Amino acid sequence: MFPTPVEKIAAPWRWGYKLAVPIVLILWLLPLLGVMMTSIRPASDLAQGNYFGVPSTIALGNYLEVFANTPMGTYIWNSFKVTIPTVIGAVALSCLTGFALAVYKFKSNLLVFFMFVAGNFVPFQILMVPVRDLTLNMGLYDTSMGLVLFHIAFQTGFCTLFMRNFIKALPFELIEAARVEGVSELKIFWFIVLPLMRPAIAALSVLIFTFIWNDYFWATVLVQGSHALPVTAGIFSLNGQWVAQWQLVSAGSIVAAMPPVIMFFLMQKHFIAGLTLGATKG
Amino acid sequence: MSDSILSPNVERTAGGNAQAASTTTRWLVNQRRLAPLLFLAPGALMFIIYVIAPIAQSIWVSFYEWDGIGAKTFIGLANYVELLDDEAFYVSLKNNVIWLVMYMLAVPAGLLMAIFLNQTITGIRIYKSLFFFPFVISQIVVGLIFSWFYAPNFGLFTQLLSFLGFGDVAVLADETYVTYGIIIAGLWPQIAYCMILYLTGLNNVSPDQIEAARLDGAKGWKMLWYVIIPQLRPATFIAVVVTVIGALRSFDLVSIMTDGGPWGSSRVLSFYMYEQALSEYGFRMGYGASIAVVLFAIMMVFISIFIVRMLKDEREGY
Repeated sequence: MFPTPVEKIAAPWRWGYKLAVPIVLILWLLPLLGVMMTSIRPASDLAQGNYFGVPSTIALGNYLEVFANTPMGTYIWNSFKVTIPTVIGAVALSCLTGFALAVYKFKSNLLVFFMFVAGNFVPFQILMVPVRDLTLNMGLYDTSMGLVLFHIAFQTGFCTLFMRNFIKALPFELIEAARVEGVSELKIFWFIVLPLMRPAIAALSVLIFTFIWNDYFWATVLVQGSHALPVTAGIFSLNGQWVAQWQLVSAGSIVAAMPPVIMFFLMQKHFIAGLTLGATKG
Repeated sequence: MSDSILSPNVERTAGGNAQAASTTTRWLVNQRRLAPLLFLAPGALMFIIYVIAPIAQSIWVSFYEWDGIGAKTFIGLANYVELLDDEAFYVSLKNNVIWLVMYMLAVPAGLLMAIFLNQTITGIRIYKSLFFFPFVISQIVVGLIFSWFYAPNFGLFTQLLSFLGFGDVAVLADETYVTYGIIIAGLWPQIAYCMILYLTGLNNVSPDQIEAARLDGAKGWKMLWYVIIPQLRPATFIAVVVTVIGALRSFDLVSIMTDGGPWGSSRVLSFYMYEQALSEYGFRMGYGASIAVVLFAIMMVFISIFIVRMLKDEREGY
Protein backbone atom coordinates (compact mmCIF):
# COMPACT_ATOMS: atom_id res chain seq x y z
CA MET A 1 0.00 0.00 0.00
CA PHE A 2 1.19 3.48 -0.78
CA PRO A 3 1.81 5.67 1.19
CA THR A 4 3.06 3.69 4.17
CA PRO A 5 0.05 2.89 6.41
CA VAL A 6 -0.04 5.19 9.45
CA GLU A 7 -0.27 2.12 11.69
CA LYS A 8 3.35 1.44 10.84
CA ILE A 9 4.79 4.83 11.69
CA ALA A 10 5.72 6.47 15.00
CA ALA A 11 2.82 7.26 17.35
CA PRO A 12 3.10 11.09 17.31
CA TRP A 13 2.90 11.12 13.49
CA ARG A 14 -0.02 8.74 13.61
CA TRP A 15 -1.94 10.98 15.98
CA GLY A 16 -0.96 13.99 13.94
CA TYR A 17 -2.46 12.35 10.88
CA LYS A 18 -5.68 11.41 12.61
CA LEU A 19 -6.04 15.01 13.73
CA ALA A 20 -5.14 16.45 10.34
CA VAL A 21 -7.82 14.58 8.37
CA PRO A 22 -10.87 16.24 9.99
CA ILE A 23 -9.18 19.66 9.91
CA VAL A 24 -8.43 19.39 6.22
CA LEU A 25 -11.97 18.16 5.64
CA ILE A 26 -13.46 21.21 7.36
CA LEU A 27 -11.26 23.53 5.31
CA TRP A 28 -12.19 21.65 2.13
CA LEU A 29 -15.92 21.96 2.82
CA LEU A 30 -15.72 25.48 4.26
CA PRO A 31 -17.72 27.16 1.46
CA LEU A 32 -20.43 24.53 1.80
CA LEU A 33 -20.53 24.72 5.59
CA GLY A 34 -20.82 28.50 5.36
CA VAL A 35 -23.82 28.20 3.06
CA MET A 36 -25.43 25.61 5.34
CA MET A 37 -25.05 27.98 8.29
CA THR A 38 -26.46 30.86 6.27
CA SER A 39 -29.49 28.82 5.30
CA ILE A 40 -30.61 28.58 8.94
CA ARG A 41 -29.77 32.16 9.83
CA PRO A 42 -32.68 34.59 10.35
CA ALA A 43 -32.70 37.59 7.98
CA SER A 44 -32.21 39.90 10.98
CA ASP A 45 -28.79 38.37 11.68
CA LEU A 46 -27.63 39.19 8.18
CA ALA A 47 -29.00 42.72 8.47
CA GLN A 48 -26.98 43.24 11.64
CA GLY A 49 -23.81 41.91 10.07
CA ASN A 50 -23.79 38.62 11.95
CA TYR A 51 -22.53 36.58 9.01
CA PHE A 52 -20.31 34.04 10.72
CA GLY A 53 -21.20 34.04 14.41
CA VAL A 54 -23.68 31.70 16.04
CA PRO A 55 -27.15 32.31 14.54
CA SER A 56 -29.37 34.14 17.07
CA THR A 57 -32.09 31.58 16.36
CA ILE A 58 -32.25 28.59 14.08
CA ALA A 59 -34.49 29.89 11.35
CA LEU A 60 -35.85 26.83 9.59
CA GLY A 61 -38.44 29.32 8.37
CA ASN A 62 -36.07 30.11 5.51
CA TYR A 63 -36.83 26.71 4.07
CA LEU A 64 -40.56 27.16 4.55
CA GLU A 65 -40.36 30.53 2.88
CA VAL A 66 -38.57 29.03 -0.12
CA PHE A 67 -41.35 26.50 -0.61
CA ALA A 68 -44.24 28.83 0.22
CA ASN A 69 -43.29 31.86 -1.86
CA THR A 70 -41.68 30.31 -4.90
CA PRO A 71 -42.48 27.47 -7.31
CA MET A 72 -39.66 25.42 -5.72
CA GLY A 73 -41.97 22.43 -5.19
CA THR A 74 -42.90 22.47 -8.87
CA TYR A 75 -39.27 22.79 -9.93
CA ILE A 76 -38.28 19.74 -7.88
CA TRP A 77 -41.18 17.76 -9.30
CA ASN A 78 -40.17 18.83 -12.82
CA SER A 79 -36.64 17.61 -12.19
CA PHE A 80 -37.98 14.20 -11.23
CA LYS A 81 -40.21 14.19 -14.31
CA VAL A 82 -37.12 14.65 -16.49
CA THR A 83 -34.60 12.60 -14.53
CA ILE A 84 -36.44 9.34 -13.91
CA PRO A 85 -37.66 8.65 -17.47
CA THR A 86 -34.19 9.56 -18.76
CA VAL A 87 -32.52 7.08 -16.45
CA ILE A 88 -34.89 4.31 -17.53
CA GLY A 89 -34.63 5.15 -21.22
CA ALA A 90 -30.88 5.59 -21.43
CA VAL A 91 -30.11 2.49 -19.37
CA ALA A 92 -32.55 0.35 -21.38
CA LEU A 93 -31.22 1.49 -24.77
CA SER A 94 -27.62 1.06 -23.74
CA CYS A 95 -28.20 -2.48 -22.45
CA LEU A 96 -29.15 -3.30 -26.04
CA THR A 97 -26.39 -1.34 -27.78
CA GLY A 98 -23.78 -2.46 -25.26
CA PHE A 99 -24.78 -6.08 -25.80
CA ALA A 100 -24.63 -5.71 -29.58
CA LEU A 101 -21.17 -4.15 -29.52
CA ALA A 102 -19.68 -6.48 -26.92
CA VAL A 103 -20.95 -9.82 -28.19
CA TYR A 104 -21.01 -9.64 -31.99
CA LYS A 105 -18.10 -9.25 -34.34
CA PHE A 106 -18.95 -7.28 -37.45
CA LYS A 107 -16.91 -4.96 -39.61
CA SER A 108 -18.29 -1.65 -38.42
CA ASN A 109 -18.30 -2.65 -34.74
CA LEU A 110 -15.45 -0.43 -33.60
CA LEU A 111 -16.62 2.39 -35.84
CA VAL A 112 -20.08 2.40 -34.26
CA PHE A 113 -18.54 2.10 -30.81
CA PHE A 114 -16.28 5.09 -31.31
CA MET A 115 -19.16 7.08 -32.78
CA PHE A 116 -20.87 6.72 -29.40
CA VAL A 117 -17.67 7.54 -27.52
CA ALA A 118 -16.77 10.59 -29.59
CA GLY A 119 -20.33 11.94 -29.64
CA ASN A 120 -20.34 11.77 -25.89
CA PHE A 121 -17.45 14.28 -25.73
CA VAL A 122 -18.66 16.98 -28.13
CA PRO A 123 -19.47 20.46 -26.82
CA PHE A 124 -23.19 20.95 -26.20
CA GLN A 125 -23.18 24.17 -28.20
CA ILE A 126 -22.57 22.38 -31.51
CA LEU A 127 -25.87 20.56 -30.90
CA MET A 128 -27.81 23.48 -29.49
CA VAL A 129 -29.35 25.17 -32.54
CA PRO A 130 -30.45 21.99 -34.39
CA VAL A 131 -31.71 20.23 -31.24
CA ARG A 132 -33.74 23.27 -30.22
CA ASP A 133 -35.12 23.47 -33.73
CA LEU A 134 -35.99 19.77 -33.80
CA THR A 135 -37.71 20.01 -30.42
CA LEU A 136 -39.71 23.05 -31.60
CA ASN A 137 -40.78 21.22 -34.77
CA MET A 138 -41.94 18.20 -32.80
CA GLY A 139 -44.04 20.51 -30.64
CA LEU A 140 -42.07 19.48 -27.56
CA TYR A 141 -40.40 22.80 -26.81
CA ASP A 142 -41.05 23.91 -23.23
CA THR A 143 -42.12 20.41 -22.12
CA SER A 144 -40.42 17.80 -19.95
CA MET A 145 -40.75 15.30 -22.79
CA GLY A 146 -38.56 17.39 -25.08
CA LEU A 147 -35.80 17.36 -22.48
CA VAL A 148 -36.23 13.66 -21.77
CA LEU A 149 -35.84 12.65 -25.43
CA PHE A 150 -32.66 14.65 -25.86
CA HIS A 151 -31.14 13.44 -22.60
CA ILE A 152 -31.90 9.79 -23.40
CA ALA A 153 -30.24 10.13 -26.80
CA PHE A 154 -27.18 11.94 -25.52
CA GLN A 155 -26.63 9.77 -22.44
CA THR A 156 -26.85 6.65 -24.60
CA GLY A 157 -23.33 7.55 -25.75
CA PHE A 158 -21.75 7.32 -22.32
CA CYS A 159 -23.95 4.43 -21.23
CA THR A 160 -23.04 2.40 -24.31
CA LEU A 161 -19.34 2.83 -23.59
CA PHE A 162 -19.97 1.69 -20.05
CA MET A 163 -22.22 -1.28 -20.83
CA ARG A 164 -20.13 -2.53 -23.72
CA ASN A 165 -16.98 -2.62 -21.58
CA PHE A 166 -18.87 -4.27 -18.76
CA ILE A 167 -20.33 -7.03 -20.95
CA LYS A 168 -16.96 -7.57 -22.62
CA ALA A 169 -15.50 -8.44 -19.23
CA LEU A 170 -18.12 -11.15 -18.63
CA PRO A 171 -17.12 -14.78 -19.33
CA PHE A 172 -17.88 -15.32 -23.03
CA GLU A 173 -18.04 -19.09 -22.56
CA LEU A 174 -21.52 -18.65 -21.08
CA ILE A 175 -22.80 -17.24 -24.36
CA GLU A 176 -20.96 -19.83 -26.44
CA ALA A 177 -22.36 -22.66 -24.37
CA ALA A 178 -25.89 -21.33 -24.80
CA ARG A 179 -25.38 -21.02 -28.55
CA VAL A 180 -24.25 -24.62 -28.78
CA GLU A 181 -27.48 -25.54 -27.03
CA GLY A 182 -29.36 -23.63 -29.71
CA VAL A 183 -30.65 -20.85 -27.48
CA SER A 184 -31.81 -17.85 -29.52
CA GLU A 185 -29.87 -14.60 -29.37
CA LEU A 186 -32.76 -12.75 -27.76
CA LYS A 187 -33.01 -15.37 -25.03
CA ILE A 188 -29.27 -15.26 -24.48
CA PHE A 189 -29.58 -11.52 -23.93
CA TRP A 190 -32.61 -11.73 -21.70
CA PHE A 191 -31.87 -14.80 -19.59
CA ILE A 192 -28.09 -14.98 -19.49
CA VAL A 193 -26.54 -11.56 -19.98
CA LEU A 194 -29.14 -9.20 -18.52
CA PRO A 195 -29.17 -10.81 -15.04
CA LEU A 196 -25.39 -10.46 -14.90
CA MET A 197 -25.64 -6.78 -15.77
CA ARG A 198 -27.40 -5.80 -12.56
CA PRO A 199 -24.37 -4.10 -10.95
CA ALA A 200 -23.75 -2.12 -14.15
CA ILE A 201 -27.39 -1.10 -14.34
CA ALA A 202 -27.32 0.07 -10.73
CA ALA A 203 -24.09 2.02 -11.22
CA LEU A 204 -25.30 3.70 -14.39
CA SER A 205 -28.67 4.56 -12.88
CA VAL A 206 -27.19 6.55 -10.01
CA LEU A 207 -24.68 8.24 -12.27
CA ILE A 208 -27.22 9.27 -14.88
CA PHE A 209 -29.61 10.39 -12.17
CA THR A 210 -26.97 12.78 -10.86
CA PHE A 211 -25.89 14.01 -14.29
CA ILE A 212 -29.42 14.75 -15.42
CA TRP A 213 -30.56 16.25 -12.13
CA ASN A 214 -27.63 18.64 -12.27
CA ASP A 215 -28.06 19.58 -15.93
CA TYR A 216 -28.57 23.26 -16.39
CA PHE A 217 -27.63 24.06 -19.98
CA TRP A 218 -30.31 22.00 -21.73
CA ALA A 219 -32.91 23.04 -19.21
CA THR A 220 -32.42 26.66 -20.25
CA VAL A 221 -32.25 25.86 -23.97
CA LEU A 222 -35.31 23.62 -24.23
CA VAL A 223 -37.59 24.95 -21.49
CA GLN A 224 -38.90 28.40 -20.66
CA GLY A 225 -41.90 28.39 -18.36
CA SER A 226 -41.87 27.42 -14.69
CA HIS A 227 -44.41 24.65 -15.42
CA ALA A 228 -41.57 22.53 -16.85
CA LEU A 229 -38.42 24.21 -15.51
CA PRO A 230 -36.14 21.80 -13.61
CA VAL A 231 -34.69 22.87 -10.29
CA THR A 232 -31.25 23.96 -11.55
CA ALA A 233 -32.71 26.43 -14.01
CA GLY A 234 -35.38 27.31 -11.45
CA ILE A 235 -32.87 28.28 -8.82
CA PHE A 236 -31.07 30.39 -11.40
CA SER A 237 -34.17 32.47 -11.99
CA LEU A 238 -34.94 32.65 -8.25
CA ASN A 239 -31.41 33.89 -7.66
CA GLY A 240 -32.35 36.93 -9.72
CA GLN A 241 -35.36 37.64 -7.52
CA TRP A 242 -33.59 37.09 -4.21
CA VAL A 243 -31.03 39.83 -4.65
CA ALA A 244 -28.76 39.71 -1.60
CA GLN A 245 -31.22 37.63 0.43
CA TRP A 246 -28.53 35.11 1.07
CA GLN A 247 -30.46 33.12 3.64
CA LEU A 248 -33.02 32.25 0.92
CA VAL A 249 -30.42 31.66 -1.79
CA SER A 250 -28.64 29.28 0.59
CA ALA A 251 -31.75 27.40 1.65
CA GLY A 252 -32.83 27.07 -1.99
CA SER A 253 -29.41 25.79 -3.03
CA ILE A 254 -29.43 23.15 -0.34
CA VAL A 255 -32.89 21.96 -1.32
CA ALA A 256 -31.85 21.75 -4.98
CA ALA A 257 -28.71 19.77 -4.12
CA MET A 258 -30.46 17.31 -1.82
CA PRO A 259 -31.81 14.54 -4.10
CA PRO A 260 -28.51 13.63 -5.77
CA VAL A 261 -26.75 13.89 -2.42
CA ILE A 262 -29.19 11.43 -0.85
CA MET A 263 -28.85 9.19 -3.90
CA PHE A 264 -25.08 9.30 -3.57
CA PHE A 265 -25.04 8.33 0.09
CA LEU A 266 -27.56 5.52 -0.41
CA MET A 267 -25.85 4.04 -3.45
CA GLN A 268 -22.27 5.09 -2.79
CA LYS A 269 -20.67 1.83 -3.79
CA HIS A 270 -22.42 1.78 -7.17
CA PHE A 271 -21.79 5.45 -7.78
CA ILE A 272 -18.04 5.13 -7.28
CA ALA A 273 -17.90 1.88 -9.23
CA GLY A 274 -19.57 3.64 -12.14
CA LEU A 275 -17.40 6.71 -12.02
CA THR A 276 -14.10 4.88 -11.79
CA LEU A 277 -14.77 2.27 -14.45
CA GLY A 278 -11.61 2.08 -16.50
CA ALA A 279 -9.45 3.77 -13.89
CA THR A 280 -7.85 0.48 -12.94
CA LYS A 281 -7.28 -1.46 -16.10
CA GLY A 282 -5.76 -0.30 -19.31
CA MET B 1 -23.81 -6.78 -41.92
CA SER B 2 -20.83 -8.76 -43.16
CA ASP B 3 -19.42 -12.26 -43.32
CA SER B 4 -16.97 -11.67 -40.54
CA ILE B 5 -19.91 -12.25 -38.24
CA LEU B 6 -19.42 -15.97 -38.70
CA SER B 7 -17.70 -16.87 -35.49
CA PRO B 8 -15.63 -20.06 -35.33
CA ASN B 9 -17.94 -21.81 -32.89
CA VAL B 10 -20.78 -21.77 -35.45
CA GLU B 11 -18.82 -24.02 -37.72
CA ARG B 12 -17.93 -26.23 -34.82
CA THR B 13 -21.59 -26.97 -34.09
CA ALA B 14 -22.24 -27.74 -37.74
CA GLY B 15 -19.51 -30.35 -37.74
CA GLY B 16 -21.48 -33.04 -35.92
CA ASN B 17 -25.00 -33.86 -37.05
CA ALA B 18 -25.07 -33.51 -40.82
CA GLN B 19 -28.53 -32.65 -42.22
CA ALA B 20 -30.39 -31.34 -39.15
CA ALA B 21 -27.46 -29.26 -38.03
CA SER B 22 -27.09 -27.45 -41.34
CA THR B 23 -30.64 -26.03 -41.25
CA THR B 24 -30.22 -24.92 -37.64
CA THR B 25 -26.88 -23.45 -38.50
CA ARG B 26 -28.31 -21.42 -41.38
CA TRP B 27 -30.96 -20.07 -39.07
CA LEU B 28 -28.41 -19.41 -36.36
CA VAL B 29 -26.09 -17.62 -38.76
CA ASN B 30 -28.84 -15.43 -40.16
CA GLN B 31 -30.09 -14.69 -36.71
CA ARG B 32 -26.61 -13.84 -35.58
CA ARG B 33 -26.17 -11.56 -38.57
CA LEU B 34 -29.40 -9.72 -37.88
CA ALA B 35 -29.24 -9.62 -34.10
CA PRO B 36 -26.59 -6.90 -33.69
CA LEU B 37 -28.47 -4.68 -36.13
CA LEU B 38 -31.71 -5.07 -34.19
CA PHE B 39 -30.06 -4.57 -30.83
CA LEU B 40 -28.27 -1.46 -32.06
CA ALA B 41 -31.11 0.15 -33.97
CA PRO B 42 -33.07 2.02 -31.26
CA GLY B 43 -30.06 3.46 -29.44
CA ALA B 44 -28.07 4.26 -32.55
CA LEU B 45 -31.06 5.89 -34.23
CA MET B 46 -31.70 8.19 -31.27
CA PHE B 47 -28.01 9.03 -31.09
CA ILE B 48 -27.80 9.84 -34.79
CA ILE B 49 -30.91 12.04 -34.73
CA TYR B 50 -29.96 13.99 -31.61
CA VAL B 51 -26.16 14.03 -31.67
CA ILE B 52 -24.52 13.09 -34.96
CA ALA B 53 -26.88 14.82 -37.39
CA PRO B 54 -26.99 18.10 -35.39
CA ILE B 55 -23.20 18.41 -35.67
CA ALA B 56 -23.52 18.45 -39.46
CA GLN B 57 -26.53 20.76 -39.29
CA SER B 58 -24.68 23.22 -37.08
CA ILE B 59 -21.78 23.38 -39.51
CA TRP B 60 -24.29 24.00 -42.31
CA VAL B 61 -26.14 26.72 -40.34
CA SER B 62 -22.83 28.50 -39.69
CA PHE B 63 -22.78 29.50 -43.39
CA TYR B 64 -26.12 31.24 -43.10
CA GLU B 65 -27.58 34.34 -41.54
CA TRP B 66 -30.58 33.15 -39.54
CA ASP B 67 -32.71 34.54 -36.71
CA GLY B 68 -34.16 31.14 -35.84
CA ILE B 69 -37.64 31.82 -37.27
CA GLY B 70 -37.51 33.44 -40.70
CA ALA B 71 -35.74 32.38 -43.86
CA LYS B 72 -32.06 31.52 -43.89
CA THR B 73 -29.77 33.60 -46.10
CA PHE B 74 -26.62 31.99 -47.39
CA ILE B 75 -23.65 34.21 -46.63
CA GLY B 76 -20.74 31.84 -47.16
CA LEU B 77 -17.88 32.42 -44.79
CA ALA B 78 -19.11 35.83 -43.63
CA ASN B 79 -19.77 34.61 -40.07
CA TYR B 80 -16.21 33.33 -39.77
CA VAL B 81 -14.81 36.54 -41.26
CA GLU B 82 -16.78 38.48 -38.67
CA LEU B 83 -15.32 36.31 -35.91
CA LEU B 84 -11.82 37.34 -36.93
CA ASP B 85 -12.56 40.94 -36.01
CA ASP B 86 -14.69 40.25 -32.96
CA GLU B 87 -13.03 41.44 -29.76
CA ALA B 88 -15.44 39.41 -27.59
CA PHE B 89 -14.54 36.24 -29.48
CA TYR B 90 -10.86 36.68 -28.66
CA VAL B 91 -11.64 37.37 -25.00
CA SER B 92 -13.66 34.14 -24.86
CA LEU B 93 -10.96 32.18 -26.64
CA LYS B 94 -8.29 33.51 -24.28
CA ASN B 95 -10.44 32.59 -21.28
CA ASN B 96 -10.91 29.08 -22.66
CA VAL B 97 -7.14 28.69 -22.79
CA ILE B 98 -6.85 29.93 -19.18
CA TRP B 99 -9.58 27.46 -18.16
CA LEU B 100 -7.81 24.60 -19.89
CA VAL B 101 -4.44 25.34 -18.28
CA MET B 102 -5.71 26.11 -14.77
CA TYR B 103 -8.20 23.24 -14.77
CA MET B 104 -5.38 20.76 -15.32
CA LEU B 105 -4.29 21.53 -11.76
CA ALA B 106 -7.15 19.28 -10.70
CA VAL B 107 -5.15 16.22 -11.79
CA PRO B 108 -2.08 16.64 -9.50
CA ALA B 109 -4.25 18.12 -6.73
CA GLY B 110 -6.56 15.11 -6.91
CA LEU B 111 -3.57 12.77 -6.76
CA LEU B 112 -2.23 14.57 -3.67
CA MET B 113 -5.57 14.30 -1.92
CA ALA B 114 -5.89 10.64 -2.82
CA ILE B 115 -2.43 9.95 -1.36
CA PHE B 116 -3.39 11.88 1.75
CA LEU B 117 -6.55 9.82 2.20
CA ASN B 118 -5.26 6.38 1.20
CA GLN B 119 -5.14 5.08 4.77
CA THR B 120 -7.21 2.73 6.85
CA ILE B 121 -7.94 4.71 10.03
CA THR B 122 -11.40 4.40 11.55
CA GLY B 123 -14.05 6.33 9.68
CA ILE B 124 -11.92 6.82 6.59
CA ARG B 125 -14.78 5.71 4.33
CA ILE B 126 -16.98 8.52 5.63
CA TYR B 127 -14.11 10.97 5.24
CA LYS B 128 -13.55 9.89 1.66
CA SER B 129 -17.19 10.34 0.73
CA LEU B 130 -17.34 13.74 2.42
CA PHE B 131 -14.25 14.85 0.51
CA PHE B 132 -15.97 13.68 -2.66
CA PHE B 133 -19.12 15.63 -1.82
CA PRO B 134 -18.54 18.70 -4.04
CA PHE B 135 -18.72 16.54 -7.17
CA VAL B 136 -22.25 15.35 -6.42
CA ILE B 137 -23.64 18.88 -6.17
CA SER B 138 -24.90 20.68 -9.27
CA GLN B 139 -22.54 23.27 -10.75
CA ILE B 140 -25.31 25.81 -10.34
CA VAL B 141 -25.25 25.24 -6.59
CA VAL B 142 -21.43 25.25 -6.55
CA GLY B 143 -21.62 28.59 -8.34
CA LEU B 144 -24.02 30.02 -5.77
CA ILE B 145 -21.86 28.72 -2.92
CA PHE B 146 -18.80 30.41 -4.36
CA SER B 147 -20.67 33.62 -5.16
CA TRP B 148 -21.43 33.76 -1.46
CA PHE B 149 -17.82 32.86 -0.65
CA TYR B 150 -16.53 35.74 -2.81
CA ALA B 151 -19.29 38.22 -1.92
CA PRO B 152 -17.90 41.74 -1.44
CA ASN B 153 -17.68 43.01 2.16
CA PHE B 154 -18.88 39.92 4.02
CA GLY B 155 -17.85 36.91 1.90
CA LEU B 156 -15.59 34.46 3.69
CA PHE B 157 -12.88 34.82 1.07
CA THR B 158 -13.10 38.62 1.04
CA GLN B 159 -12.87 38.68 4.83
CA LEU B 160 -9.84 36.45 4.70
CA LEU B 161 -8.15 38.74 2.18
CA SER B 162 -8.78 41.88 4.19
CA PHE B 163 -7.63 40.05 7.33
CA LEU B 164 -4.36 39.30 5.55
CA GLY B 165 -4.14 42.97 4.60
CA PHE B 166 -5.05 42.81 0.91
CA GLY B 167 -7.95 45.21 1.25
CA ASP B 168 -11.44 44.64 -0.07
CA VAL B 169 -11.29 42.78 -3.38
CA ALA B 170 -14.55 42.00 -5.16
CA VAL B 171 -13.27 39.01 -7.12
CA LEU B 172 -16.30 38.56 -9.36
CA ALA B 173 -16.54 42.26 -10.23
CA ASP B 174 -12.90 42.60 -11.17
CA GLU B 175 -11.92 42.05 -14.79
CA THR B 176 -8.45 40.80 -13.82
CA TYR B 177 -9.50 38.17 -11.29
CA VAL B 178 -12.98 37.14 -12.33
CA THR B 179 -12.04 34.20 -14.61
CA TYR B 180 -9.61 32.82 -12.03
CA GLY B 181 -12.28 33.14 -9.35
CA ILE B 182 -14.73 31.10 -11.43
CA ILE B 183 -12.10 28.49 -12.31
CA ILE B 184 -11.34 27.98 -8.61
CA ALA B 185 -15.02 27.28 -8.05
CA GLY B 186 -14.84 24.77 -10.91
CA LEU B 187 -11.71 23.14 -9.52
CA TRP B 188 -13.48 22.31 -6.29
CA PRO B 189 -15.66 19.50 -7.72
CA GLN B 190 -13.08 18.57 -10.36
CA ILE B 191 -10.37 17.88 -7.76
CA ALA B 192 -12.84 15.68 -5.92
CA TYR B 193 -13.47 13.75 -9.13
CA CYS B 194 -9.77 13.22 -9.83
CA MET B 195 -9.26 12.24 -6.20
CA ILE B 196 -11.78 9.42 -6.45
CA LEU B 197 -10.21 8.17 -9.69
CA TYR B 198 -6.80 8.07 -8.04
CA LEU B 199 -8.11 6.46 -4.85
CA THR B 200 -9.41 3.59 -6.97
CA GLY B 201 -6.12 3.52 -8.85
CA LEU B 202 -4.05 3.43 -5.66
CA ASN B 203 -6.19 0.60 -4.42
CA ASN B 204 -5.07 -1.48 -7.37
CA VAL B 205 -1.35 -0.72 -7.32
CA SER B 206 0.45 -4.02 -7.00
CA PRO B 207 1.67 -4.50 -3.39
CA ASP B 208 4.47 -6.81 -4.57
CA GLN B 209 6.05 -4.07 -6.64
CA ILE B 210 5.88 -1.64 -3.72
CA GLU B 211 7.51 -4.18 -1.44
CA ALA B 212 10.19 -4.94 -3.99
CA ALA B 213 10.89 -1.23 -4.44
CA ARG B 214 11.06 -0.77 -0.66
CA LEU B 215 13.65 -3.51 -0.44
CA ASP B 216 15.63 -1.65 -3.07
CA GLY B 217 15.55 1.38 -0.81
CA ALA B 218 12.98 3.46 -2.73
CA LYS B 219 10.74 5.65 -0.64
CA GLY B 220 8.85 8.94 -0.62
CA TRP B 221 9.05 10.95 -3.85
CA LYS B 222 11.22 8.41 -5.61
CA MET B 223 8.74 5.65 -4.90
CA LEU B 224 5.88 7.87 -6.03
CA TRP B 225 7.56 8.95 -9.24
CA TYR B 226 9.14 5.69 -10.40
CA VAL B 227 6.83 3.04 -8.99
CA ILE B 228 3.39 4.44 -8.19
CA ILE B 229 2.69 7.00 -10.93
CA PRO B 230 3.53 4.62 -13.81
CA GLN B 231 1.03 2.15 -12.38
CA LEU B 232 -1.59 4.87 -12.11
CA ARG B 233 -1.55 5.53 -15.86
CA PRO B 234 -5.11 4.38 -16.56
CA ALA B 235 -6.43 6.63 -13.78
CA THR B 236 -4.34 9.54 -15.06
CA PHE B 237 -5.66 9.04 -18.58
CA ILE B 238 -9.28 9.23 -17.47
CA ALA B 239 -8.55 12.16 -15.15
CA VAL B 240 -6.99 14.11 -18.02
CA VAL B 241 -9.85 13.28 -20.39
CA VAL B 242 -12.60 14.37 -18.03
CA THR B 243 -10.67 17.49 -16.99
CA VAL B 244 -10.02 18.66 -20.56
CA ILE B 245 -13.64 18.04 -21.54
CA GLY B 246 -14.85 19.73 -18.35
CA ALA B 247 -12.69 22.79 -18.96
CA LEU B 248 -13.94 23.25 -22.52
CA ARG B 249 -17.54 22.60 -21.53
CA SER B 250 -17.54 25.20 -18.75
CA PHE B 251 -20.79 27.10 -19.01
CA ASP B 252 -22.90 26.73 -15.87
CA LEU B 253 -20.48 28.48 -13.52
CA VAL B 254 -19.95 31.43 -15.83
CA SER B 255 -23.67 31.75 -16.33
CA ILE B 256 -24.63 31.73 -12.65
CA MET B 257 -21.66 33.53 -11.12
CA THR B 258 -21.15 36.48 -13.48
CA ASP B 259 -23.37 36.05 -16.54
CA GLY B 260 -20.20 36.62 -18.56
CA GLY B 261 -19.44 39.93 -16.84
CA PRO B 262 -18.09 42.31 -15.80
CA TRP B 263 -18.32 43.74 -19.34
CA GLY B 264 -18.00 40.34 -20.93
CA SER B 265 -14.58 39.71 -19.40
CA SER B 266 -15.41 36.23 -18.04
CA ARG B 267 -17.07 34.85 -21.18
CA VAL B 268 -15.91 31.56 -22.59
CA LEU B 269 -16.72 30.27 -26.10
CA SER B 270 -19.60 28.08 -24.92
CA PHE B 271 -21.16 31.02 -23.11
CA TYR B 272 -20.56 33.51 -25.91
CA MET B 273 -22.16 31.13 -28.39
CA TYR B 274 -25.28 30.87 -26.21
CA GLU B 275 -25.39 34.62 -25.80
CA GLN B 276 -25.24 35.23 -29.55
CA ALA B 277 -27.74 32.55 -30.48
CA LEU B 278 -30.34 32.66 -27.75
CA SER B 279 -30.23 35.54 -25.35
CA GLU B 280 -31.82 38.94 -25.12
CA TYR B 281 -29.01 40.30 -27.29
CA GLY B 282 -30.71 38.69 -30.26
CA PHE B 283 -31.11 35.44 -32.06
CA ARG B 284 -28.07 35.16 -34.29
CA MET B 285 -28.19 31.42 -34.90
CA GLY B 286 -25.74 31.43 -37.80
CA TYR B 287 -23.14 33.47 -35.98
CA GLY B 288 -23.63 31.40 -32.83
CA ALA B 289 -23.21 28.22 -34.85
CA SER B 290 -19.89 29.47 -36.23
CA ILE B 291 -18.63 30.01 -32.67
CA ALA B 292 -19.79 26.49 -31.80
CA VAL B 293 -17.94 25.13 -34.82
CA VAL B 294 -14.71 26.74 -33.62
CA LEU B 295 -15.20 25.25 -30.15
CA PHE B 296 -16.02 21.90 -31.73
CA ALA B 297 -12.83 22.03 -33.81
CA ILE B 298 -10.75 22.70 -30.69
CA MET B 299 -12.46 19.86 -28.88
CA MET B 300 -12.02 17.49 -31.85
CA VAL B 301 -8.24 17.82 -31.51
CA PHE B 302 -8.47 16.43 -27.99
CA ILE B 303 -11.20 13.90 -28.79
CA SER B 304 -9.06 12.49 -31.62
CA ILE B 305 -6.08 12.09 -29.30
CA PHE B 306 -8.26 10.24 -26.78
CA ILE B 307 -9.83 8.02 -29.41
CA VAL B 308 -6.47 7.07 -30.93
CA ARG B 309 -5.22 6.14 -27.48
CA MET B 310 -8.35 4.12 -26.69
CA LEU B 311 -8.17 2.40 -30.07
CA LYS B 312 -4.60 1.37 -29.34
CA ASP B 313 -5.63 -0.15 -26.01
CA GLU B 314 -8.54 -1.86 -27.73
CA ARG B 315 -6.27 -3.47 -30.35
CA GLU B 316 -3.81 -4.63 -27.70
CA GLY B 317 -6.68 -6.06 -25.69
CA TYR B 318 -7.44 -8.68 -28.32
